[in-house]
Amino acid sequence: MSTGTTKLDVVVSDVVPVNELVTRFHFRRRDGELLPTFSGGAHVVVEMRDGDRTRLNPYSLMGSPLDTREYTISIRRDDVGRGGSLFMHRSVRPGLEMVISYPVNLFSLDLRAKKHLMLAGGIGITPFMAQTAQLAGEGGNFELHYTCRTASLGTYADVLQQRYGRRVRLYHDDRGERIDLDRLLSSQPLGTHLYVCGPAGMIGWVRERAAALGWPPETVHFEHFAAPQPGLPFDVTLAISGKTIRVGEQQSLLEAIEAAGVDPPYLCRGGVCGQCETNVIASDGKFIHNDHWLSEEDHRSGCKIMPCVSRFEGKSLVLER
Amino acid sequence: MAAKSIISRPVYGTLSPQPGKHHLFIADAEGALAIADMAKTAPDRFFDGAEIVFIPGPDDKHVAALEALKPARFHQAPSFASLLPRLKQTLDNAHMGLRLYLAGTEGLIGQAMQVALDAGIDHTAIQTEHRGSLARRVQCVHCKGITENVTTQPATCSHCGLLLLVRDHYSRRLAAFQGVCINAEDRSEIPPIEEVFR
Repeated sequence: MSTGTTKLDVVVSDVVPVNELVTRFHFRRRDGELLPTFSGGAHVVVEMRDGDRTRLNPYSLMGSPLDTREYTISIRRDDVGRGGSLFMHRSVRPGLEMVISYPVNLFSLDLRAKKHLMLAGGIGITPFMAQTAQLAGEGGNFELHYTCRTASLGTYADVLQQRYGRRVRLYHDDRGERIDLDRLLSSQPLGTHLYVCGPAGMIGWVRERAAALGWPPETVHFEHFAAPQPGLPFDVTLAISGKTIRVGEQQSLLEAIEAAGVDPPYLCRGGVCGQCETNVIASDGKFIHNDHWLSEEDHRSGCKIMPCVSRFEGKSLVLER
Repeated sequence: MAAKSIISRPVYGTLSPQPGKHHLFIADAEGALAIADMAKTAPDRFFDGAEIVFIPGPDDKHVAALEALKPARFHQAPSFASLLPRLKQTLDNAHMGLRLYLAGTEGLIGQAMQVALDAGIDHTAIQTEHRGSLARRVQCVHCKGITENVTTQPATCSHCGLLLLVRDHYSRRLAAFQGVCINAEDRSEIPPIEEVFR
């Protein structure tokens, strides 16, 4: 069985609107057993059967890892996205039977850290819900800084402040509040690890400042759920399986490969984990590499591609799979 | 530089200036020359935010070379043991942005790294450069005693007197190589003793 394909049969046990953009979904196992254990920062890939289309989107588990009777995820509605979040918001109701992957953690806490400094932007708060619950249970030393557009879009800000008081600090864009990042980073005790989850711009800014201020790369952890970018349709030949397929405008290469009945490995579906890395046998055209996994050299070589987020423009493309 | 043989055997690099707000150098003997060499490629005013802690050894060599770099602070110590409380205090009060550079003998690098690991610095984030003696700090796996400055193979445990094969098997936690009795079957068997870690 390939990585990422271990599945759980679940039923939606509750759907709770959180604010104007965010809805929370609860899942329990159909057989009534406990769900697999997970650690703070883990995500599951949710399979969405939307007519004849199957979407697979990753979402962070936000419940306490100490309670595996149910899994909870929170999804921000994206009206101009590829439709996964809209499907969840519009079509998923309590009682619906769904399939999700086993949890995978690509954003785990480094428990050797003396202190955990967490920076969240918007819906990037979800992995920290689980991480703070995990650390609070272990008496861990953490501090959470959370930026949101407005107080009403500060998803779970009230819950977090109630749970953790002064360990949570909020910043509202509409009030012009901004993290004094250099000061925050420079005042952390030795042995602190930094975790950031939010929009790509925020992650880039935090990583750049941390590196400039002398934080070793091993102490800076980040997670960004990049949706595959749409683009021009293109044709691909899969050498091993002998199939020729078309990748649609709104479809990722990985999704097209899956739709053709090939079962490639995957974990993050966001271009960071490396599981779906595929060899290019031949190509005549231009790669649009959107991943953070391959090196620049790999990108230039034209010999490898991450089909979860990357695309191709040109005459022909032959992949190994 | 020491050759890599088994996976736990430390491998050292060449000091290079890192981005950071404070730079703490700990060196002994010839390690001073590694710092002086690095200074040639360091940005202007790099040593304005640097502290150098130095154990010169018996003849006080290389002190002038380090003072010439004009670090913000310069501290000299007669032995690693004597600078330990100061080092612990510095790291306890330090913030992220402090970068650590260790240069000199393996014993110095290993022991300073041991303190840094306790303070929460990952070993991969520490700059190291080996200079000078190859003498090893060895733990006898039988009595757990540590013998400093071992240069021979085999070596006699300074605690229990067993004749030890000094292995490349290294403990980062103890900052010591492991020494295992070489003639456990027949203690009258004494293999030739050679000086190999000069």
